[in-house]
Amino acid sequence: MTLPFTDPGETPVNVSRRGFLQGTSGAFVLALTLPPAIARAADTAPAVVPGTRVPAFLAIHPDGAIHLQSPFVEGGQGIFTGMAQLVGEELDADPARFVVENAPVGPDYKVMNGTRRGTGGSASVRTSHLVMRRLGAIARAMLIAAAAEKWGVPAAELTTEPGEVVHAKSGRKLGYGALAARAMDLPVPAPDSIPLKDKAKFRWIGKSVPRLEVRAKSTGRAVYAIDAHVDGMLHAAVQHAPRLGLDVGTIRNEAALKAMKGVHSVHRLPGAVAVVAERFWHARRAVEAAEVEWIEPATPLPVRAMTADFSTEGYAAAAATAATGPGEVAETAGDVAAAFAAAASTISATYRSQMLNHAQLEPPATLARFNPDGTLDIWAPNQSPDGFLADIAQRTGLAPDKIQLHSMMLGGFFGRHFKYPTANPYPQAIALAKATERPVKVIWTREEEFLRDVMRPMAVVQLRAALDAEGWPTALEAVSATEGPSEGIANKRGEKMDAAALEGLTGKLYAIPNRKIAQAYVRTPAMLGYWRSVGHSMNDFFYETFLDEIAAKGGKDPYALRKRLLAGNKRLTTLLDAVVDLSGGWQPGPYGAPDGTRRARGIAMASPFGSETAVIAEVSKTDGEVKVHAIWQAIDPGSVVNPGLVAAQVTGASALGLSTALVEQAVWKDGKPVARNFDGYRVLRPGQMPPVHTRIVESGEKIGGIGEPGLPAVPPAVANALARLTGQPVRAMPFAVT
Amino acid sequence: MIRLNINGTAHSVDAEPETPLLWVIRDNLGMTGTKYGCGIAQCGACSVLIDGVVTRSCVTPAGSVAGAAITTIEAMEHDPVGSRVVDAWVRHQVPQCGYCQSGQVMAATSLLRANAHPTDADIDAAMVNLCRCGTYTTIRAAVHDLAGGKGGAA
Repeated sequence: MTLPFTDPGETPVNVSRRGFLQGTSGAFVLALTLPPAIARAADTAPAVVPGTRVPAFLAIHPDGAIHLQSPFVEGGQGIFTGMAQLVGEELDADPARFVVENAPVGPDYKVMNGTRRGTGGSASVRTSHLVMRRLGAIARAMLIAAAAEKWGVPAAELTTEPGEVVHAKSGRKLGYGALAARAMDLPVPAPDSIPLKDKAKFRWIGKSVPRLEVRAKSTGRAVYAIDAHVDGMLHAAVQHAPRLGLDVGTIRNEAALKAMKGVHSVHRLPGAVAVVAERFWHARRAVEAAEVEWIEPATPLPVRAMTADFSTEGYAAAAATAATGPGEVAETAGDVAAAFAAAASTISATYRSQMLNHAQLEPPATLARFNPDGTLDIWAPNQSPDGFLADIAQRTGLAPDKIQLHSMMLGGFFGRHFKYPTANPYPQAIALAKATERPVKVIWTREEEFLRDVMRPMAVVQLRAALDAEGWPTALEAVSATEGPSEGIANKRGEKMDAAALEGLTGKLYAIPNRKIAQAYVRTPAMLGYWRSVGHSMNDFFYETFLDEIAAKGGKDPYALRKRLLAGNKRLTTLLDAVVDLSGGWQPGPYGAPDGTRRARGIAMASPFGSETAVIAEVSKTDGEVKVHAIWQAIDPGSVVNPGLVAAQVTGASALGLSTALVEQAVWKDGKPVARNFDGYRVLRPGQMPPVHTRIVESGEKIGGIGEPGLPAVPPAVANALARLTGQPVRAMPFAVT
Repeated sequence: MIRLNINGTAHSVDAEPETPLLWVIRDNLGMTGTKYGCGIAQCGACSVLIDGVVTRSCVTPAGSVAGAAITTIEAMEHDPVGSRVVDAWVRHQVPQCGYCQSGQVMAATSLLRANAHPTDADIDAAMVNLCRCGTYTTIRAAVHDLAGGKGGAA
């Protein structure tokens, strides 16, 4: 399990106080309540303890509304609501009274284990829940102190009810809104001096608190980067080089483009032509009409150059050869060679996955504005504000405290909005704003997005297993020919192996005593990136589907085999039994359904991002069309903040997993992606979506992730069901493409 | 100049007739609830109502709807059917990232205006917009709820 959100080259920045002052608006908010002593401390001392300076996070309005600066970006996963629950629980304030915004850049917000900030790796809650609860507890203590001072009573005599401080002895009560201005002026108490609530007394944590931004998102009021607007703004559209590494030569019709209606100017950018216009449609129409000669630059651009002959088929062929080699070992146990030598029987198979686009529905967009005072405002989708800001500082030569990064609500992300060297529009927006001396918003059309999106890596995996005389597996070997996403982003191998390449082949918890998991590195000229559940998105498919082949070879039932291999592992045995129970009992089939279809079920498990999952899927196949009728998923994330959000994430992750299992693939040919829009790039459609039944199992183990774990066990469960139904192994995704 | 009637208000818009309605709504009029997702009528994020019928504004020339009654997501809370749809979306906690949901609400409103009690088949035929977050079953549950069917059916 990896946490793939650290930006390459990320450097610490100290934006300090200016950041959060500008991040809020309205009266009686942070700007008015921030004590000068705290602000000065921020400017001079780097020793900010993240998540402790209450005024950097909370502003309580006179009417009791609570504004919270969230260190994590909202992109559909519900983290704003989760943060309101964690803070609200200890603050003793109803999460429904919270208004949550993305926090600006600053040291206060590096709350992930007290050192980092980023939204990814399903890590937000599990790395910050205690810090965020503590923050709420500190704020409550400050409100109590303010009330004690006001009433002249000992703080120990005061308690709280949601949103108010109570002095039971005198029957007095005062709302937080009336106390906040004074409370925020008080010294922040030492965090360790404030106890946290006993979880038996939780009022909101563990409850399906409604999401805070649902009405805004149901009425078109939610604002994404693509919607950002400032006065005097121009719009820009771009045409990227068909292959990364090519640069702009002549623009044969440049004069004609400049004369087109609405066009402000035509620009050459690294590897792209841009047209700036008063309206986006004019910019787009003109840039698409641009007749650009794309050239191999004399000095290569500092990018991973795409080759003219690259194809995903060609890569698969090269990988298939590489997978037959020994590979570089990432995980090993026992004596694999001896186990194979002693085997009663063996089985081997070659598996394959595909490249994938993120295909988040909001195309990337960024608005940049240079201000008369020499500062820069930038509105950009991002999962890691510190890394973005550091890079912007480097590009512009501006000091970090002259840059205000507005981290916008994300119209889906799934790993798309990390700082990728060639896949974010912000460098273009900055360059165009500088050149035109006007604010400029760049929008990538869907076609340009699918050309420059970073790919989920593909792999060819050679799998081999040894079985004893009774048909139980004694050894398993997997050699995956692939390039990991971190290797692709860095455009080189690191000193250590890329854990994200093999996770899901590594880290499996089945008791197979002899095993070897290895990577045969095969470089991809395509730009790679992190994609929801990262390596797990394909590796659990390889492992768990091959495990069913092992079961079949040994004459074992897939559920019984897993139970045996997990004997003594109470957590996973409980989970496995939970999904079987949820599905009404294990019935692999095939069997006839009342509608006349013949159906079968498959089972699979995964251990992604600190959580454990088990899935059963039911499928039929009629006239060549695979239909998934139901998915049952049991998830054990240790403990849960919001069951409703968990169920929503499990359902959404199941949909994405199903999409990749059935229909989705990014095909490249002649150095170019074949599909440039949703007409050619298939994603799961409404009619293909089955009901997803979720059961949450709280083992009480260390809290795990939620955003991604619901995905990895879905493709293998569906593949295993299909193999059961048809008698044919399913070894490549997507497997329902006809 | 194109004369457009949007959410009951008359607008004179300086745009060529072939300009997609989507960009007139978003750029000329600054109403950003209607979303751009694909530009080729594949995803449905740009859905609006033209004379009550759900229409993909990204491929609808603005000039072709001069004089028609255009309704966007911004008017839904004031629309008798639209407000019920919005309430159902909140009740069922439909949106995740939310980017497609303006279009989904418009599609559901169009369906329920034409047919107050749609069958499962009617719902399947009408609710075809893409959602990358996978809210499809929740959308179905919300529309079922409004159709007088079993809430939560999927």
